[in-house]
Amino acid sequence: MSTEYRFIGKAVPRKDARDITTGRAKYINDISVPHMLYGKVLRSPHPHANIRSINTSKAKALSGVKAVLTYRDVPDWKVGNPLHLRVLGSKMRFVGDSVALVAAETEEIACAALELIDVDYEVLPAVYDVEKAIEKGAPQLYDIYPNNIMPQIAPFMGDNILQNIIMGDTEAGVKEADVVAEGTYEYNNIPNPLPPEPPGAVAEWEGPDTVHLWISSQGPYFDRLTLYYMLGRKVNVKVTACQCGGSYGSKGNSSPIYLQAILLAKAAGRPVKLCLNKQEHLTAFTLRLGSRIRGKVGMKKDGTVTAISGDWFVNTGYFSMITQGQVAVGLGEAQLAIRCKNWDLKSKTICTNRNASGWIRGFGGQEFISALFLLLARAMQKANIDPFEFFKKNFVKNGDRNIWRDGHWWTSKVIDFTKAMDKGAEVFDWHNKWRGWLKPTSISGTKRTGVGVGVIGNADVGEDVSESLIRIDPTHHAMIYTSVCEQGTGQRSSLCKMAAEVLQIPPERIYLAPQDPGISPYEFGSVGSRGTYAMGAGIIKAAEDAKRQLFELAAPLLEASPDSLETRDGLIFIKGKPEESIPWRTAMGVTRTIFGYGRHEADYSLCNMLMSFVEVEVDTETGKVDLLRVVNATDIGQIIDPPSLENQLNGCIGSAGIDSAIFEETILDESNGRMLAANLIDYKWRTFADLPRIKNVIVETPFPSHRFGAVGVGEITTAPGPSAVLMAISNAIGQRVVEYPATPDKILKALGRIKESSA
Amino acid sequence: MINSHSSNTHKNGVMVMKEKNIKAGRKAKGSGDRNKGSGVNPSAGYISMTINGESRELMIGKDVQPWHTLAYTIRETLGYTGTKIGCDQGACGACMVLINGKPVLSCMTLTVECDGKSITTIEGLEDRETGKPHPVQQAFIDHTAFQCGFCTPGIIISTKALLDENPSPSEQEIKEALAGHYCRCISHYHVLNAVKDVIRKSEVK
Repeated sequence: MSTEYRFIGKAVPRKDARDITTGRAKYINDISVPHMLYGKVLRSPHPHANIRSINTSKAKALSGVKAVLTYRDVPDWKVGNPLHLRVLGSKMRFVGDSVALVAAETEEIACAALELIDVDYEVLPAVYDVEKAIEKGAPQLYDIYPNNIMPQIAPFMGDNILQNIIMGDTEAGVKEADVVAEGTYEYNNIPNPLPPEPPGAVAEWEGPDTVHLWISSQGPYFDRLTLYYMLGRKVNVKVTACQCGGSYGSKGNSSPIYLQAILLAKAAGRPVKLCLNKQEHLTAFTLRLGSRIRGKVGMKKDGTVTAISGDWFVNTGYFSMITQGQVAVGLGEAQLAIRCKNWDLKSKTICTNRNASGWIRGFGGQEFISALFLLLARAMQKANIDPFEFFKKNFVKNGDRNIWRDGHWWTSKVIDFTKAMDKGAEVFDWHNKWRGWLKPTSISGTKRTGVGVGVIGNADVGEDVSESLIRIDPTHHAMIYTSVCEQGTGQRSSLCKMAAEVLQIPPERIYLAPQDPGISPYEFGSVGSRGTYAMGAGIIKAAEDAKRQLFELAAPLLEASPDSLETRDGLIFIKGKPEESIPWRTAMGVTRTIFGYGRHEADYSLCNMLMSFVEVEVDTETGKVDLLRVVNATDIGQIIDPPSLENQLNGCIGSAGIDSAIFEETILDESNGRMLAANLIDYKWRTFADLPRIKNVIVETPFPSHRFGAVGVGEITTAPGPSAVLMAISNAIGQRVVEYPATPDKILKALGRIKESSA
Repeated sequence: MINSHSSNTHKNGVMVMKEKNIKAGRKAKGSGDRNKGSGVNPSAGYISMTINGESRELMIGKDVQPWHTLAYTIRETLGYTGTKIGCDQGACGACMVLINGKPVLSCMTLTVECDGKSITTIEGLEDRETGKPHPVQQAFIDHTAFQCGFCTPGIIISTKALLDENPSPSEQEIKEALAGHYCRCISHYHVLNAVKDVIRKSEVK
């Protein structure tokens, strides 16, 4: 650590710690508004169907029912990118699609009313596979999207978003290569990030054109903005963000729920709560993108990648909330992870008749590299290259140029990440444990261990715009106005620490205004790894602006120039002369507050890095895989809050992360489009009794970001692990395992102990 | 299944009740005529329970239906929303409360089974005199033993129950005691540190 800070880098209890541990924190389902009704959704039993007729009269007649809505009753509000999915339509596109909405006095009555709605469906053929979906004659989900291919746009990322990486000459690159690998690889087990809190909303109309919406979200300001457009620019949407009970990106896909709650509340003339239950959460809410690469790579024996070409098929399910944006970021991340001059890689975002994939931690990058790295591993194996040395050599270096999500070329201003990589390898004991491709690290009876490694980087650390206001009070307090909400990263508290360091008052003297984008300025949201740098920069600038104004007021009283002043614990003095000080209140007077404003402009020249080393033990008798150990190596410039950072890094195994390579999956029954394992008993998750050892190696080399030289890392913690696990398993058993998740049947098949399933 | 979101728990609840024949606390004081359609004897009466030290009487058919889970009653009827409902299926532990000091999944417990019982929710752990957090709560605060915090009340309840019964559990015993709690942010490691901290501090005393 280069600089000694008073608060930064030291563990400080989170601002919401007391509320969380005492049950006072209010999550979406804890919100109750007088006269509130309960909303429920009738869901399609068919993966693809038209509603021939629908009769709601019996449901409407049920005592306690206050509103029943079908596609005939609602405005033409749409969600998605571009806006393409009607809030209620006559066409059903997956098992779980919204057929009708009910609001009633109790949840029980609403459920009973659903049973009283008669629907006659014209059942249509369904398609689940991306390449089948683009074939001629395949079932069509949207008339406006021939061959089920989504347009390659994402307006908030600009007019020229990255959907294909085309540069150099891949044919020449292949000729130059010592080895070439070719094949089709997938990361297509569509795990569910599955936050403990299901998604939901509460809506209350406060007038004919104003609606108040309580949400569980990562970006309340952005939600407010997008809702304004979705509602035809005619409705003022007041948004209150509740404590968010986990999201991992997924709650960014809540727009359909928001609109349904708003419509029910309008129809019923009363507030409505619409919270999904866990079964709906599993069957009708966000999955990871389906990812398949048909590709070819060329590689030299020294690990230089000479060409990457192919097609990336992205399965977004029945609609796209922002999948094309994820594709853009994923393609950008691939260039940071793998330096290569010759690319010819084209993507397609494709709709199929299953639940929607979308916005999840890893945001396109995890889905892309988890497939791409299997192909690269094949080439590394052929060339007999140590994957650690390969990743170290190929990760982006200072001055490299690459195309980011906006389609523009950026020159990377990155620190030397090899220091953190080397330290990670040392802590993991990589050089000892790595025995070569398809070679186990140890064998003991039927049990074999193996190791693997993966890496990722993301230039999202400075993405998009953040604005903040800070009010300083003559009582030596400060109030932060930010639309940043809290979904578990501790970001709001970390922002307080940054402001505390600038203003030199303890974090306890800094308060946060309510998470209300009606009060606070523009904020893109707590997404990506942008909290530390992008949001932090906004806060820091606001605090500096407030301090400057304070010093301008104090300067005449101290007979000094504002530049020569310093403050500590509410006292202002000339630098080096703390004995002659005046308190803030003397400088300000007791009838004044000072507002500082800060704005961060998007910056895509910096990126973060996470390298994950994993060690697994495979029982060759049963095919069971145990994750023994994970070492995460990163360099984040400067730690802001040690426990929050450790927590985020430990998150590598959860939220459809590393465990998506071992046991997590969503299984679709393609005979009827239904999801199996649609509950928390059948959907596999890791318990306290099954924890691997995790060690986080954190290096602090100052970044050219903001005054604390820090960047975030939360988005990418789940991303490098899955492909590393398959590498480790392959090495342990001496056979390539390239299918996620590596459940015992796949291991035993690879070992030749059981034959291909006859089913 | 997919069409129907009437909860299985409630349906099962009714079945359970039929087998058990509602155990009513005492005779109804009121007319108890709010039961229409529930198939329950309107004169079934009240149940009484102590919740976080306060005694509450709930009229069956009015305040409590025979199929109401304890989780529902605690949250929706009594307003203690610190108890969370994650899966409503007994799989995630978010709804854990203490019944007579033992940890119980309140989403798998019918309220009418709780007559005469003493229930403690997360809201009942702070010291009523001093307002100080319970040592387990304080350790979770000190160690940032949570991220999103949704699973935290349940984990704290189970930890308290564990330590009340076994003040010095081994790491394996702690893991086993908490294995029923779904935490997706992966705060497990900090939770283990927090629990060990409580044990260490209590041993010093």
